[in-house]
Formats: sequence, C-alpha cells, structure tokens
Amino acid sequence: MSWGIAIRLVALVVLVVFLVQPELFAGVFGALTQNGQPSIYNQGSLLDITLSHLGIVAVATLAATLVAVALAIIVTRPFGAEFLPLSRSLANIGQTFPPVAVLALAVPLLGFGTAPTLVALFLYGLLPIFENTLTGLTSTPPAVVEAARGMGMTGWQRLVRVELPIALPVILGGIRLSVVISLATATIGSTVAARTLGEVIIAGLQSNNTAFVLQGGLIVGVLAVLIYDGLSALERLLLARSGQASRANA
Amino acid sequence: MIEIDDVSRLYGGVPVVDHVTLTIQPRTICVVVGTSGSGKTTLLRMINKLVNPSSGSLRIDGEDIAGIPAYELRRRIGYAIQGHGLFPHRTVGQNIATVPKLLGWDKAKTADRVDELLTLFQLDPQAFRDRLPHQLSGGEQQRVGVARALAAKPNILLMDEPYGALDPVIRAKAQHDLLAIQRKLGTTIVLVTHDMEEAIQLGHTIAVMAHGKLLQSATPTEIIGHPATPFIAELIGSSERPFRLLALSRVADHIEPGVAEGAPIDADASLRDAYADMLWSARSAMPVTRHGEIVGRLTLDALAKLAARPQ
Repeated sequence: MSWGIAIRLVALVVLVVFLVQPELFAGVFGALTQNGQPSIYNQGSLLDITLSHLGIVAVATLAATLVAVALAIIVTRPFGAEFLPLSRSLANIGQTFPPVAVLALAVPLLGFGTAPTLVALFLYGLLPIFENTLTGLTSTPPAVVEAARGMGMTGWQRLVRVELPIALPVILGGIRLSVVISLATATIGSTVAARTLGEVIIAGLQSNNTAFVLQGGLIVGVLAVLIYDGLSALERLLLARSGQASRANA
Repeated sequence: MIEIDDVSRLYGGVPVVDHVTLTIQPRTICVVVGTSGSGKTTLLRMINKLVNPSSGSLRIDGEDIAGIPAYELRRRIGYAIQGHGLFPHRTVGQNIATVPKLLGWDKAKTADRVDELLTLFQLDPQAFRDRLPHQLSGGEQQRVGVARALAAKPNILLMDEPYGALDPVIRAKAQHDLLAIQRKLGTTIVLVTHDMEEAIQLGHTIAVMAHGKLLQSATPTEIIGHPATPFIAELIGSSERPFRLLALSRVADHIEPGVAEGAPIDADASLRDAYADMLWSARSAMPVTRHGEIVGRLTLDALAKLAARPQ
C-alpha cells in the first residue's frame, strides 16, 4: 500500500516537473528524434495545453454528471418510472455514437474550437454515471427506506438525506469511469481545434517526431492513472465512512 | 387510544385485512400475532398511513387519521422495524435525532434527548453517540432503532417484528427492557410478531389474526384459557398452556407464609421459572426472597392450582 502511494507520488512529481520545466527532459526524448528535430514540444506551453485539456474534461464531466444524476433521480421516482427505458436508450446512444462522428456533426453547427469537443465528451460520459446512479439509488437497503418513510420524511428529504448519501460512492464510481474515458477521448478534439494534448500527438504524427507523440501520450496516460487512483481512494473512504465497507471491494 | 373501525385493505380485489375492528387502550401494549400472510403487518402499517385502508376508518385519540398529512402523522408515531433500518451513513446520535430534526427542535434540546435515550437504553452516550451503526452489535443496533423511534416522545410506538433478527438470549433481554421502558414512559405500543410466546410475555392484550381477519382480541390469560378458535389453541400449543399461564404471573403475587428448604427464588421471577426450579430440585416448596431477605415461601400445590385452566 505505502509502496503504491510512493510510486504514484513520484509519478506526480515527475509529471509536474516535466510540465513546468520540459527542457530538463530534453536528453531523455532526444534519443527518439531524427535529423535534429526538436525533442520537446515547442509550439506552445505543455503546462497550458495540459490545463486546457483538464479543463475541457472537467467541464464535460460536470455537465454529464448533472444531467445523468438528474435523469437517474427522475426515473427512480414514482412519477418518472415510465421514462426509465427512454433514458436508458438515450444514455446508450450517447455511449455508442462514436465521438469522432459527433465532432464531425457538431462542427457545422457549433464551429471549430472547444464546443464540439465538449458536446462529444458530454454525450460519451453520460452512460457510466447514469447507470451507476441508477444502481446506487435502487440498491438502498429496503429496511432503511421503510424506516425513512415511517419516521415521516418527505420524498425530497428521503432523497437528499438518505438515498443520495448512501448512493454517493457508487455514483462516484461512475464519474471515475467517465473521467478516464474523457481524458483519453479529449485528444481527438484537437482535430477540430480544441486545445488538448491531442495537439502534441498530432504535431508529432505530422512531422514524424516520435518524441512529441510520446510526450502527449504519456501526459494523458499518467493523468488518467493518477486521477483514476485518486477517485478510487475517495470512493473507498466514502464507503468506509458510510458504513458500507463490505461494498468497498465489490 | 387507537380505534380501528371496520378496516379493510384489498390488493387486487383480495382482502389482506378483512373488516378488522380493534380498540387499543392508551398506555398498554397490544401484540398482534399471526402467521405470515395474516395481514398483521398491513394492519400495523395502516396506523401510520404507510398503507391506506380500502374501507373503514382509524382514529387516534378520537381524531380520524385520514385528515392528517401522512408525514405529519408519522412524525408523531414511533416506528421500529425488523432489521432496525438504521441509516448506515449517519452516526448513532444523528440516527436518533432524525425525527427531532424533522420537527425542528433546537440543537441543545436534541442533543440532550439523544443522551437521555442512550442512557435509557443502557448505552453510554460518550462511547456510542459518534459511532456508526455498522460498528455496533445486533442487540445494540436494535436498541438504537427503538431509541430513534422514541426520540420525539411519541405517545404511540409501532413495532414490526422488532426482535426477529436477534438471538434468543439478546431477545429475552430486549423484551424485558421494553416492558420496563413502557412502564416508565407509558407509551402505547402496538407490536407485530409471529411468536405467541413473545405475545404472551409482552402483551396486555393479544390480537390474533389469520387470513386478514381478527380472530380474537383478549388478555393473555383469556387467550390461553379460552382460545376462540382451534387455530389459536394450536398457536398456543396444548402442551404449553399451563406453563404459559404460569409465565404470566410473578412469584411476588403468590407468596405464602412459612419456611422452606433449599435455594431461594427472587420475588420478581416468574412462576414458570419457580416451577421449573422446584421440579428440578425435587422440592415441594421453596423460600422466596426480596432484596436478599426471605419473605415467605412458594408451594408446588399452589402452583399446580394456578396452572390449571382459568374458569
């Protein structure tokens, strides 16, 4: 356990140093270049591009979370039960529709830039969050729901004080999946001029510079691993604190 | 007083509760006994409007509950269920404070009430207040569940198989504690169980249900002595009748003057325990003590008369 934390800390420190002072790593990447190509990406600050990449993922995931959780809440209430199949279909379509196709369709409507990428990531991120929220809200122990009703909580009070807090770790699991998928998928946003790490990879592909491709790929990969592990740890903490430790390893 | 007046509940045209009329006197324990599917739980859940009657009416202290919003009524009535239903993400203190918080009690009053209840249920407030339910034993969870039901000082407490998940030793202790707490607080308790033994031990009155109908509602002595139907007699068990009757009375009420040999029995014990003890030690009389002092004796002859079918 402590070894795992140490390795992740080292990875985080190396990543931050690389983003702030990429020239320090010129020697490492130099071996991958040919004919005196630059070994470090030089068409913009790696730090700025990474922050922009993270920002796009954060905005898209936040929007997907709000919509998916709201949908899941509605379809688990008595008045919304009949919308369950419809909502499921919508979330499934969002997941199966290729993000590249979404980009192609969105550009004529929204123009080049960040917006089409946000739409693609938003649609792509809905399903895991929706399904997990649904699971979390419908697997509240029946005795707990019965007690909450029997003590005179209104429907809203049951949702906010009992059902959502108990479902929170499971919902977070969905957000975690969604974030990691979006981190990787966001790179293709650079094909329509969104500022993401895909820019670095594409520049490397165009100039046949393996060092660029590797830099873009590694940053995305390390970010994904660190964020995934961080959110997993948060879930375990929430599970333990809400007395659901037995579910922590499920 | 709870008045259940000709109440029925149909599910898909089939009556689950069928024209039940039952009055529960204030400050008493009424135990509703029946096998599964007898409608006993449905009847209980109609008292706090978790189920609405298809016909008939229910009144609490003369007020028809049909006119009271469900959530408001439920906050006035304690509700404890099998498997306790404690909120896993809230501490013991927060769980107990649920209804006071819904009613908008201020913090200090709520905190005092939580500590008072923990103490009443023999749980040290200091040690238990901030624990999570999963850190408690089954018996402790059950006690917290009942404490939570009593938090807002309800006049009525509904209990649905509250001891179903407990082992026999802890169950006996919980039943004993419930009687003491009921005597102390004077709460009207309606308790649902499938266990006739539990009913006889706890109930001032016992209401027996089968197939949605109320078969008999009477005192334990009456139910044991004069069961209204063969089914009730079967629930009591013919070979158990005299012992169940003895279990209803305490030694204190049947002390005779005189002396006897051997180990004494406490005046608070039940006659059933005294009887078992006498048979086991092959005596025809035993000394009775109260607060450690011998106050008289109990004879096998007297017990034999008391165990006979009441006239």
